[in-house]
Amino acid sequence: MSDSATAKTGVSRWFPRGPWEAGAMTLIGGGIIMLVQPWSIDLYGYSFVTILAGTASYVIVSHYPE
Amino acid sequence: MDKMTTILQPDHATFPGMSEPAKSRAMRHVRGLSDRTIAWLFVAPTIALLLAINIFPLVWMIRLSFTSLNLSMSYLPLRFVGLDNFSDILTDEDVWIRLQTTAQFVIWSVALQVIIGFGLALLINRQFRGHSFWTTIILLPMMLSPAVVGNFWTLLLQPQIGPFNYLISLFTGVPPSSFSMTGQVSLAPWTIVLVDSWMWSPYVMLICLAGLRSIPDYIYEAAEVDRASAWRQFWSITLPMTVPFLMLAVLFRAIENFKMFDMVNLLTSGGPGSTTELVSITLKRAAFEKWRTGYSSALAIILFVTVFGAANIYVKALNKVKQR
Repeated sequence: MSDSATAKTGVSRWFPRGPWEAGAMTLIGGGIIMLVQPWSIDLYGYSFVTILAGTASYVIVSHYPE
Repeated sequence: MDKMTTILQPDHATFPGMSEPAKSRAMRHVRGLSDRTIAWLFVAPTIALLLAINIFPLVWMIRLSFTSLNLSMSYLPLRFVGLDNFSDILTDEDVWIRLQTTAQFVIWSVALQVIIGFGLALLINRQFRGHSFWTTIILLPMMLSPAVVGNFWTLLLQPQIGPFNYLISLFTGVPPSSFSMTGQVSLAPWTIVLVDSWMWSPYVMLICLAGLRSIPDYIYEAAEVDRASAWRQFWSITLPMTVPFLMLAVLFRAIENFKMFDMVNLLTSGGPGSTTELVSITLKRAAFEKWRTGYSSALAIILFVTVFGAANIYVKALNKVKQR
């Protein structure tokens, strides 16, 4: 097996798109819930950072191999 | 045939009797510009326009969100305040409550639209006589501008002259002028939900109808052979196979309603008090009534990132539906 093929397998193994995308989407969804929930203003305070982290990570992980 | 050859193979047919290098020189002269250059020339105006009206204002807004700019005192020097505007917003209880109001509006209106839209789709999917006519009638509200809808519902809901109150009094016996749909704290939130659902249920219906029409007939025929009841067919075939389309409708309507401004601004302007003040109206008030440009830019960015994040989920759901 060539080096590039081995590397590709390694990348695919550690960075499979599906679970990472699911994680990023969970972060976005969780952030949106934190933004509009009526119980804790502390959660509201951290909501934007959570959504931003989720969105940025989604943009990155959507370029991972299938 | 000669003409056809000239069109399809101009390199060989347009310069008969010439050597290859001479042909190549002639072609370069005729073309002048490479295909890549021509492609860029065609795309360049669109890119320039996009940069000018989309990207530049966005970048400018991001810059302003880190400043204390107040347009009513624009003579003051622009002061860099770092993340203070974001910090102010994310600790402001008023903005938090406006976001909750927005969420309640989104949840109730989308729920109502899904129920009404799916019900209408089930009805329209039965190919009854004149169903095309009724489909067109049902789709009419969706084709109207939100400004038009806001204005004519304001007239319809007038306590003195509006027919809506008379209709309610016909069924309940309550005097028409004794209540105001847009002026009472208990009724105004439901009024904006009602009007938005009236306008956008047909859209949900269209998406659901696409889902219903995508279910192959042979599945129902197999269910008939197995003597499954209509109720069983609905729960085991119709609903599971329409769920991806419903999810799509829910996501799209939720994103749109989160940004809702025009119709609610015309109907209630956020009132009475701040009962129906959605976060978009708060943003407009901060930007163009209080002139807190830096603060409102930061709020706009928070809303933009939220909608952008939700839109990513929407696109993912859309791709899943496409793969079906």
